[in-house]
Amino acid sequence: MPTSLPAFDALLALLLVWLAGRLLVTRDLFKAVVLFMVFGLMLALAWVRLAAPDVALAEAAIGAGLTGALLLDTVFRLRGEAEPPPPRPSAGLIACAMLAAALGAMLVWSMLALPDDWFGLTREVAAAMPDSGVTNPVTAALLNFRGYDTLLEIAVLLLAVLGVWTLNAEPPPAVPAAGPVLEALLRILLPLLVVAAGYLLWAGAHAPGGAFQGAALLAAGGVLLHLARPFSFGTGWPVRLALTAGFAVFLIVALLLVLVGGGFLAYPPKHAGTWILAIEAAAMLSIALILVALFVGSARHTDRGRADAGAHDPPA
Amino acid sequence: MTLSDWASVALLAAGAFFFVAGTIGLLRLPDVFTRLHALTKADNLGLGLILLGLALQAESWGELARLGLIWALAVFASASACHLVARRALESGAQPWSKRDAD
Repeated sequence: MPTSLPAFDALLALLLVWLAGRLLVTRDLFKAVVLFMVFGLMLALAWVRLAAPDVALAEAAIGAGLTGALLLDTVFRLRGEAEPPPPRPSAGLIACAMLAAALGAMLVWSMLALPDDWFGLTREVAAAMPDSGVTNPVTAALLNFRGYDTLLEIAVLLLAVLGVWTLNAEPPPAVPAAGPVLEALLRILLPLLVVAAGYLLWAGAHAPGGAFQGAALLAAGGVLLHLARPFSFGTGWPVRLALTAGFAVFLIVALLLVLVGGGFLAYPPKHAGTWILAIEAAAMLSIALILVALFVGSARHTDRGRADAGAHDPPA
Repeated sequence: MTLSDWASVALLAAGAFFFVAGTIGLLRLPDVFTRLHALTKADNLGLGLILLGLALQAESWGELARLGLIWALAVFASASACHLVARRALESGAQPWSKRDAD
């Protein structure tokens, strides 16, 4: 825990609850999305206060930034559709609210019921760190101790892209050209984002960082680039291979380790660091591409964009 | 407290003042353009003064460089975002506020 600031923490907690309430009850979708992004930033601040900079990075970049951009894009596309009727407090809604309240009460109760000297799995993790191949406990948990969790997360992201491609949404309304200022900003930001992503990937072994954080930065660059000069991925084989590379490398390593007798994702301690870095590098590129593909949208609209606007190819 | 500590306190307070002023401006000013004006003041001057105050406490050149980088990135991003919002507002027909509107 960083410096003790009880008043600040209390204010932050209250602010989070207030923001969550506001964004749920507001009728204006745009306002709700903006509130959601503010909520994400405040949540990132809360993670910093809980001494979890890894989670804070991911929350700020993916939770507030990319999800916010996706939701804003959705609101933009929904413009002109008929307004949904105002919700009435139905029996289902009340049941959901009661379930959520019960779950919340249970979580608070289980927090309060913990013994004062409870450290969770901290000691077990610390004891296993020398064999993990990295010195950052978060990366050790994500890529080694609970590697299958991360493997399945990447699979979920991949499924999301498949879903978006399958839905084949309408092309978005025409957006005016970006202009010289955004282009200039991109020329400064894109190289910095690539360097920062590479740094985060490398730093993940011993400090806060890793594949997801690096991928979020890369994806932010991709989204900006798409906003300035709409591009398309298409659905060609190179794109499919790049999208699936992270999951494929992860799975192949896992299966190889089974074949040599270690077990599913049980790295030999001596080479664990190398395996983890290889998986994370592939995962970072794939996750970044997946996140950008989610933002770019359906494959059909991208093909049309290419024909009409002579769109540019992505750099990644 | 040393002299540099006092200077830090003064700079941080001045930075906080610009953030408060920018927030009040955002809430109270009449149209999108004047609000942007208030907002970018907070980003540039408020953050700049706060980082300057922190820079006096920096323990290495690396820390100093990172503070400088944060400020530069925030200024670039806020100036560009301000420009984009203002341009979009103009294109969609927002009329800049003038004294006549106040009457």
